[in-house]
Amino acid sequence: MLERSWPSEGATRVPYWVYQDEAVYAEEQRRIFHGPTWSYLCLEAEIAEPQSFVTTFVGEMPVVVARDASGGIHAFENRCAHRGALICMQARGKAERFSCIYHNWTYDHAGNLLNVAFRKGIAGKGGMSPEAKPETQAPKQFKVHAFQGLVFGTLSKEAPSFEEYVGPEVLPRLKRVLVKPLKVLGCYTQVLPNNWKLYMDNVKDTYHASLLHVFFTRFRINRLTQQGGVFVSQDGAHHCTYTKMVEDKGDAYEKDGMRSASSQAFKLESPEMLHQVDELGDGVSIQILSLFPGFVLHQIRNSLAARQIVPKGVDRTELHWTLFGFADDDEAMTRRRLLQANLVGPAGYISMEDGAATGFVQRGVAASPDRASVIEMGGDKVGSGDSRITETAVRGLWKAWRSHMDL
Amino acid sequence: MKEVENLHARYAHALDDDRLEDWPNFFTERGVYRIATAENEARGLPLPVVYCEGRPMLRDRVQSLRHANIYEPQRYRHVISSVLIEEGKDFIKSASSFLVVRIMENGETMLFASGRYQDRISVKEMLYEERVVICDSRRFDTLLAIPL
Repeated sequence: MLERSWPSEGATRVPYWVYQDEAVYAEEQRRIFHGPTWSYLCLEAEIAEPQSFVTTFVGEMPVVVARDASGGIHAFENRCAHRGALICMQARGKAERFSCIYHNWTYDHAGNLLNVAFRKGIAGKGGMSPEAKPETQAPKQFKVHAFQGLVFGTLSKEAPSFEEYVGPEVLPRLKRVLVKPLKVLGCYTQVLPNNWKLYMDNVKDTYHASLLHVFFTRFRINRLTQQGGVFVSQDGAHHCTYTKMVEDKGDAYEKDGMRSASSQAFKLESPEMLHQVDELGDGVSIQILSLFPGFVLHQIRNSLAARQIVPKGVDRTELHWTLFGFADDDEAMTRRRLLQANLVGPAGYISMEDGAATGFVQRGVAASPDRASVIEMGGDKVGSGDSRITETAVRGLWKAWRSHMDL
Repeated sequence: MKEVENLHARYAHALDDDRLEDWPNFFTERGVYRIATAENEARGLPLPVVYCEGRPMLRDRVQSLRHANIYEPQRYRHVISSVLIEEGKDFIKSASSFLVVRIMENGETMLFASGRYQDRISVKEMLYEERVVICDSRRFDTLLAIPL
């Protein structure tokens, strides 16, 4: 059990030990990643063919996601029942069955143990006793749910249905983007020098976007004075924020002397990169959506991507980006999405700073586990609203986290 | 071919010496610069990490790095080797290997990227018509600000 207690202020404080404590990290694996939550696994388009597979992670757990010969999707722990070796080493591929490289134990696409090599020995010698039950150590199997082209999984029998888990506030915003079959454009990994929750916290922080990301503000892509809003699920776990396309002509930032508005001389020579086609038909230029514990879906103009947060220790996180379009995109739309890929990822005009800022927090709090973040923008409540000058979704994250962690 | 190796070397020194403003001038007016990963290339997936078409977009990248993006002070050291050259009438094709070491202000030094350049060089101008940077790894530490 964890010997930690939350600051008496409650929802408006987050103590820094949450990003540092090894015991907390280990407990998160059990209570959150193996608990009654749904984790993003991959895009359906990545395992389009029968008998295709990808390998991924849920928390620290290595996972195989596979489509069987008749089209069903399964996910299971990538750990052999025998000695615990990885069953599948490749990032992706096609396989009739999976054979552990170590002693050739084989599994089907659902992770069921099919065969133990030389189980009965050879010529009556060696082999396992008929009473042996290697299946007791079988890899864990996920309950899988494909939703509009995204594949999610849970290890918990107690988890509600995926739709119930996401809830009525955020589910329509997820559907809003996933309107057609998807096509993968590519992927890469950004390694973040910080605890996984600092990235989730950053994504849910609607207040930082136009202050940290100067590119946004300078080109009036996203200012807090533009029309937008935030949706937070009842339990606080999931959120969605959006900004409308209308150009902001105000000068609130200039009046407040914001760093982000200061470089007046800075103008794009080639603004075509930013041109958006309103393909979803609702005039939204940016939508950032997060599902607890580790999934982010973004629409930034015509750039669409799934970001998967993979914890790799208390102070290290991998962010797996998969950028996609729709299967019926024409050449012009694909070109637009590729140009707008400049906005996101490790070299993204508007996202490169996130890796830096969250790392700065990890380093800044090194000697202060018992001090706490001040999260009081927009008061102390968790809920939806039409202002983004609020930390309501950040409080939501911690409300959900504390409920899972019993802290 | 000495001129090609010289072009690669001057390009590397400009970036390593923090002369980012010179960087677009190593490309022809409509020159293309693209950072990709070997994994995406092998899968036939078009996703770039950075993608600029023409000097104006290259200059936008520099302007943004200088005036908009926030990142810790850092420098690169490029090591370029194994330069292969295939001469044509209007352009030269070049393939070369690179390592980029990243040095942070506090002295922390890491092997940041390795990969190959695939270039098409204009014979007339001796500038890159296209420079594709194919990183061996799909993984990028923290952020990629300075071009490779």
